[in-house]
Amino acid sequence: MQHGKYRFIAGFLALPVILYAVFVISPFVQAIYYSFTDWTGLSSDFKMVGFKNYNWLLHDDLFWKAVGHNVVLLLVVPLVTLGLGLFFAFMLNVGGRGRKNSAISGVRGSSLYKVIYFFPQVLSIAIVALLFQFTYNPRNGAINAFLGGIGLESLQQQWLADPKLALWCLMAVMVWSNVGFYVVLFSAGMSSIPKDFYEAALLDGANRIKTFFKITLPLLWDTVQTGWIYMGIIALDAFAVVQIMTVGPGGPADSTQVMGYYVYTKTFHDGQAGRATTIGVAMLIVTLIFAVVVTRLGRRERLEY
Amino acid sequence: MTSHAEPSELPGVTKEDEAPPAGPVRKQPPPGFTPEGRLGSEGKVLNVFSHGILVVWGLLVTLPLLWAVMSSLKTDKQIFTSPWGLPSALHFDNWSRAWSKSNIGDFFLNTILVVGCSLIGTMLLGSMAAYILARFEFPGKRFIYFMFVGGMSFPIILALVPLFFVMKNMSLLNTFHGLILVYIAYSLPFTVFFLTSFFKTLPSSVAEAALIDGASHTRTFFQVMLPMAKPGLISVGIFNFLGQWNQYMLPTVLNTDEDKRVLTQGLVQLAASQQYKGDWSALFAGLVLAMLPVLGVYILFQRQVQAGLTAGALK
Repeated sequence: MQHGKYRFIAGFLALPVILYAVFVISPFVQAIYYSFTDWTGLSSDFKMVGFKNYNWLLHDDLFWKAVGHNVVLLLVVPLVTLGLGLFFAFMLNVGGRGRKNSAISGVRGSSLYKVIYFFPQVLSIAIVALLFQFTYNPRNGAINAFLGGIGLESLQQQWLADPKLALWCLMAVMVWSNVGFYVVLFSAGMSSIPKDFYEAALLDGANRIKTFFKITLPLLWDTVQTGWIYMGIIALDAFAVVQIMTVGPGGPADSTQVMGYYVYTKTFHDGQAGRATTIGVAMLIVTLIFAVVVTRLGRRERLEY
Repeated sequence: MTSHAEPSELPGVTKEDEAPPAGPVRKQPPPGFTPEGRLGSEGKVLNVFSHGILVVWGLLVTLPLLWAVMSSLKTDKQIFTSPWGLPSALHFDNWSRAWSKSNIGDFFLNTILVVGCSLIGTMLLGSMAAYILARFEFPGKRFIYFMFVGGMSFPIILALVPLFFVMKNMSLLNTFHGLILVYIAYSLPFTVFFLTSFFKTLPSSVAEAALIDGASHTRTFFQVMLPMAKPGLISVGIFNFLGQWNQYMLPTVLNTDEDKRVLTQGLVQLAASQQYKGDWSALFAGLVLAMLPVLGVYILFQRQVQAGLTAGALK
């Protein structure tokens, strides 16, 4: 029996573990190794160069430009996305006071709103990026046409071709495609908050804004924090929107260059795979720092209910 | 379509709140108290206000999609002269031109092939690994579990460069089976994670009864445990379907053969070349064709989709 059990375990685990080790684990480990080599990626000979790539990275202007853009993405995109997500989720779940004789309830049609808001989440980021590339098109795009239609020609822009605007245009797309997910996520969290809390607050005369900041947000804090990390990883990536939406490698005058896309161009355009993996490792480090900072900053007394 | 997920059914959301709250002392409402009576006027004004904002975001979400559908039914000239106008006639020929001449049909079939095989492989291998990790004790179990789950938190782009060369050395670049293996491998972390906790919730008595009756472990798994795990398999299956159908970065790097493009990368490359050729209406048609299957699956299964995707983020 025991013998049969171990044979069964090995038989069932072998394939998934091998596949996972070959295609996921080994590339991650190799990436760290390659970051210490001068490998071009084209030939199979390369030598160890110690920290030379890391030294190069510290003095590479384009890398720091990319890091700067990633930091902007990291601060703005999660803040706006989670802020809107919380706001909509609160209105959908707590906004419709006075219905059904209960102290709190969602506005009418809240489930329909949730279904619609979630649409962008199921579309590929590549499809979303293409759609908005068309929407931003200065000649026949929806946005400029709309502005022209309501007599605001002066606001028409060269959206993605303008170095000052391009990054903001990308951020708008990232927010657009992710808000619905957080509306649903926060709704799930909010509906598990006991209604008694809201009734008590109502009796004490608290208005909605106060209710939100004194009850909903503190009780939802764990979910918000997880969402922040999750959204931060999306904001750090940004590969697809940069590659698809903005012109040239990294947008007009490198105004939308990000680390993820820089890894890609370094490998497949410049033939510097060693340096590319160094950028990748830097990205991993930024991700880890980000996760630690969010967890530290967000640490509060845990509320039990 | 409007039946929605009762959020308490979501995995990861506990129902502990049904116990009496230990927090603030609960006040009994005075007789005759209704929230409406107290907040009637404030509530009404605010309801108009909140509905207004909710409708605005609803429009912001749907208008770009509707605009793409409208554009896909126009002529190129109309797209340029009246971007927001309704199409004068419904030019479904754009759709057929996109399907055959712009190769969307081929991309579509490639995607179905790759995603179909990946999905079956992911579900089979994922549930096998998860079953073992959930129900058996053996040395190294924790290590294997954390190895799988750890994969959820690393940036894929870091692995992408070495992965390209791993594939190259194994002659798997630009092949369907190579892409399928990679899709399966990168779908395993979430699948194993989700299904392990699911298998743990299933009662063990049924499996034990089957074993005592003389069924082998393998047979018990396929004929007893898998059917019992159906709800979990459906949730994680839809999640993987959407993720694999929408995948862009992996095929862009690992699959550059023109004939083997999947839908997302095919459309993006088509768009890049159309900037010069200018068959915009076919491009819009291709975009709409690519959006329809996922939106269809989502509308049919929106409860499971929302539950599956949020469960992934809550852990």
